[in-house]
Amino acid sequence: MAARNSEHRYGWVAIALHWLMAPAIIGMFALGWWMRQLSYYDPWYRQGPELHKGIGILLLALLLLRLAWKAINPRPGDMPGQARWQVVTARFAHGALYLLLLAIMVSGYLISTADGRPINVFGWFEVPATLQGFDNQEDLAGEVHEVLAWSLMGLVALHALAALKHHFVDRDATLRRMLGLRGNPPSRPPRKEVGSPATGSPASNQ
Amino acid sequence: MKKVAIFLFAALMGATAQAAEYKIDTKGAHAFIQFRIKHLGYSWLYGRFDDFSGSFQYDESKPAESSINVEIDVASIDSNHAERDKHLRGEDFLHVEKYPTATFKSTSYEPMGNGKGKLSGELTLRGVTKPVVIDVEHVGGGKDPWGGYRQGFTGTTEFALKDFGIMYDLGPASQTVEMILDVEGIRI
Repeated sequence: MAARNSEHRYGWVAIALHWLMAPAIIGMFALGWWMRQLSYYDPWYRQGPELHKGIGILLLALLLLRLAWKAINPRPGDMPGQARWQVVTARFAHGALYLLLLAIMVSGYLISTADGRPINVFGWFEVPATLQGFDNQEDLAGEVHEVLAWSLMGLVALHALAALKHHFVDRDATLRRMLGLRGNPPSRPPRKEVGSPATGSPASNQ
Repeated sequence: MKKVAIFLFAALMGATAQAAEYKIDTKGAHAFIQFRIKHLGYSWLYGRFDDFSGSFQYDESKPAESSINVEIDVASIDSNHAERDKHLRGEDFLHVEKYPTATFKSTSYEPMGNGKGKLSGELTLRGVTKPVVIDVEHVGGGKDPWGGYRQGFTGTTEFALKDFGIMYDLGPASQTVEMILDVEGIRI
C-alpha cells in the first residue's frame, strides 16, 4: 500500500493515523470521565491525570502531523451517487472533528499549565506553560474542555454511524477504504453476519 | 444647662471615638485569610483566599464591644496549584458556583487580658451557617506614617470540613482545617 493518498484511496499513513487516534480519543474521554471520580486515596488519583495529560500531548502531536499530512496529500474523492447535502455535511463534520480535537487539546493544556507548571509527558519531556494569567484560567478552560469533549463524542458517534451507513446501507467503499481494503462491500447481503465487513468477498471489485 | 450640654457633647464625642470603625486594609493587602490542612498526616498544606472585604469596631478601652464582619469571595482560593484550586472550587469542596460568598459575623467578644480574647461569631460557608470561636490576639495599633490610624489582629480557629458540607474524604488526618486570620484595619 502506498504511503500517500491517491484520488481514490487513503495511503497507509492516513489510515494508521486515523486508527491510532480513534481509540485513543475515545479512551481519553473515558479516562477523563473516570479519573474525576476517583477518591483521594485511589492509586489512580495521581496516575490517571498523568496518563491523561501525557496521552493528550502525544495526541496533539499526532493531530498536527495528521493535519499537515492531509494538507500535502490529495483527498480521496466523495462517493458517487450521494446527495449534495450529504457530501457537504460530511465535509463539515470532518472539519468540526478536527477543530473540536484541537480546541479540546488546547483547553486541556491551559488547565494544567494555568499556574505556569509544565506538562510532563511520561518523564520523556516537558511541555512548558505559555499562555497563562487570565483570571481563573483553570476553571474556564476546564468548562470548555468538558463541554467540547461531550460535543466531540456526539460527533464521533455520528461519524461512526455514518461510516456504518455507507457500508451497510449504501454499500460503498467509504469504510473499506479507511480500513485499507479495496472495493465495495458485497452488493447484496447474502449472509447474516454483517458485523464483519472486513471479511466481505471482493466480488464487487471495481 | 450649658455645662450639661458640654458634658453631653463630650460624652457623644467620646462615644463616637470609642466605637471607632476600621476598614480592613485589603487594598494594601495588610490582611490575610489563610488556611492549612494536613496532607496525608505527613505535612501541612497552606492556602489562602485572595479576595475579601470587611470592617471591625474596636476600642482599646472597651474591647468587649469589639465586632467584625468579613465577606469572602470563595472562588479566590489559591493553594499555589491551579489543578488543585480547580478541584477546591468544584462541588467536591467549596462549590463556588452555587456558594460564591462566605461570611463571618461576630456575635460577641470575650477579652482574656493581655490583648487576647475569644471572638464568637457565625461562619457561613458553602451555604451552611455555624458558630465558630476565633482565638484572637491584638498585635498592635496606632498612627501610621501616612496620616492614618490602624489596628491589627491575628487569630486562629479550626473546624471540621464535614460541618460545612464538605464530604470529600482527604483521609483521617485531614478532617479539620485550621484558619489563620490576620487583619489590619484603617480607622474610618
